Amino acid sequence: MDLQNQQRVKDVVEKYGAENVIVILGSSDPEGAEIYAETVTNGDPTYAGPLAGVPLGLAVYHIFEPEIREEVDPAVWEEQMEMMEMVLDPEALSQAVANMREQYSKYTLE
Amino acid sequence: MRKVAIKEYAYCLNHTPELAYHYGNTPFWERKIKGESEFLLSLSKSIRTYDEAIGYAPNQAFIGGISLEELEAHQTPWYQNPLKDVSRYGTFGEIMPEDEFLGLMDICDVFDIIWLEQSFSKKVEDKLQAHPLMNSSILQRLEKGHIFEEIEKEIREDGAVPLYSGGEIVGCCRKAHEFDECLSSYVLLENIACKAGGVLALLHLLKRANMKPEEVDFIIECSEEAAGDMNQRGGGNFAKSIGEIAGCSNASGCDIRGFCAGPVYALVDAAAQVASGVRENVVVLAGGALPKLYMNARDHVKKGMPALEDMLGNFAVLLAPEDGESPVMRLDAVGKHSIGAGASPQAITEALVYKPLKRIGLGFLDVDKYAAELQNPEITLPAGAGNVPEANFKMIAALAVMKRELDKAGMTDFIKTRGMPGFAPTQGHIPSGVPFIGYACENIKNGKMKRAMIIGKGSLFLARLTNLSDGVSFMIEAPSPAVEEKVETLTKEEVKNTILEVLADIAKSLKGANAK
Repeated sequence: MDLQNQQRVKDVVEKYGAENVIVILGSSDPEGAEIYAETVTNGDPTYAGPLAGVPLGLAVYHIFEPEIREEVDPAVWEEQMEMMEMVLDPEALSQAVANMREQYSKYTLE
Repeated sequence: MRKVAIKEYAYCLNHTPELAYHYGNTPFWERKIKGESEFLLSLSKSIRTYDEAIGYAPNQAFIGGISLEELEAHQTPWYQNPLKDVSRYGTFGEIMPEDEFLGLMDICDVFDIIWLEQSFSKKVEDKLQAHPLMNSSILQRLEKGHIFEEIEKEIREDGAVPLYSGGEIVGCCRKAHEFDECLSSYVLLENIACKAGGVLALLHLLKRANMKPEEVDFIIECSEEAAGDMNQRGGGNFAKSIGEIAGCSNASGCDIRGFCAGPVYALVDAAAQVASGVRENVVVLAGGALPKLYMNARDHVKKGMPALEDMLGNFAVLLAPEDGESPVMRLDAVGKHSIGAGASPQAITEALVYKPLKRIGLGFLDVDKYAAELQNPEITLPAGAGNVPEANFKMIAALAVMKRELDKAGMTDFIKTRGMPGFAPTQGHIPSGVPFIGYACENIKNGKMKRAMIIGKGSLFLARLTNLSDGVSFMIEAPSPAVEEKVETLTKEEVKNTILEVLADIAKSLKGANAK
């Protein structure tokens, strides 16, 4: 996650509180999704950005995970997401983010 | 409206590892912030030689040294399986080594910005004299050079940035203003490198077209660099400055920008000029992006790979009125991503692929090859950016399934047959569809293909002006079949009878006139 986005996440958390923030990822590869998820839960693994050593423990989900998908209007999903669902590997992406969430998130949607 | 032919095309690379090591953005800022760090030390051990660069299969595919079919069949990873018996020159252009490229940059500098050391300048002059495209009017622009002490002083006291060859300082790029950042030595280095790449591609284009430089009407440059001073930082004009060096004295020109989609926008614009009759022939070209060199080197080094982003890419395409032989651009099916189209990949693919096809009554399967974002995956995959061209082909196939023009089971085959391996260096505007124009035209001319779609996409958010997506596309097809004019032929007898009839009429009218 680039340094600017890390700062934006940090600022939002300071303003609204970590328990009120949910991060929804749209990354296209599982490896990248895992790094993003780790950054907003356990801190920046590259130790380069504002979230280095800052374990925010945020609730983080991939857009393909059922908890998020069920919230989306089916018509909007068809228009915006259906094609990418065929292109990407939704299962691997969901699993990558869920792994990080289970290990490091202090908050979830439940 | 006239149809527009793609008359010629040229593709070149400049192997510039030392410019990359010092002035590619990633190593440049690493050095500025951390000094000679561990990463830079590792990077210095991952630099490719010129022979390694010209033996790298995607580089040869870019200049037409091998075909895309040969590239696809070549064993991967490509960097571990070099090609044998390769040449500097391919069908479409060449891979120029760095010392000659520094000489070409000096040739392209008309403001005494580039200083080369005397003995280096002489060495480069000798090499460039052997170059098939460097004529005397170009070579006379190469300066005799400066003594080393003068160069050292410029670097030490006046903010010049050093130029290296073989690890030694062989020249410098000077600043052009005391405090204007747009005219700093770094920015000028970036712009002169881009200009020099454009000149090289133009020279190859003119040779391929067997055309005199004076015959070019207009040049559109479409890189991602900004030339100007602090009062107009993107004022331009790369196009005319490039034409000047190549001797295109009758051409005018301007620059068009659109991030990575710039070249496709420029081609559509150039085609419109030719189709409307405003210009007879227009060259669209671009040099490479120096800051993007070694952009992903951190990941390449970490994974024990050679630093592959050591190539500046450049291209030139010549458009002219349809000639009945050259493939044509189909201007009634230009894909447009409108402001209101939306930013999802689905919306973009629909706007750029589905809608233009539908407009002219064609479907997804009527296009033999789609070319979008042709970045070499061997460069992007280790950096976590995925296989960009493959992702595009998957999106097009998935949309074809959604539009019920393809069975889901047919997606893999669609991607394989209508896509292609990425083979372009990660130079932003260079990979965006245009590297395939040469291959598309060759294949259409030899009957292997009927139709190709070239797709450009741009990331506008990078300029922090808008979050909108961007893109543009067009199709290339075979020229219209020549229409044979049906000429009615007359027999000798018919001609004789007609003449007699006319003479009889004249005689009658003369008689009538005398009677009055």
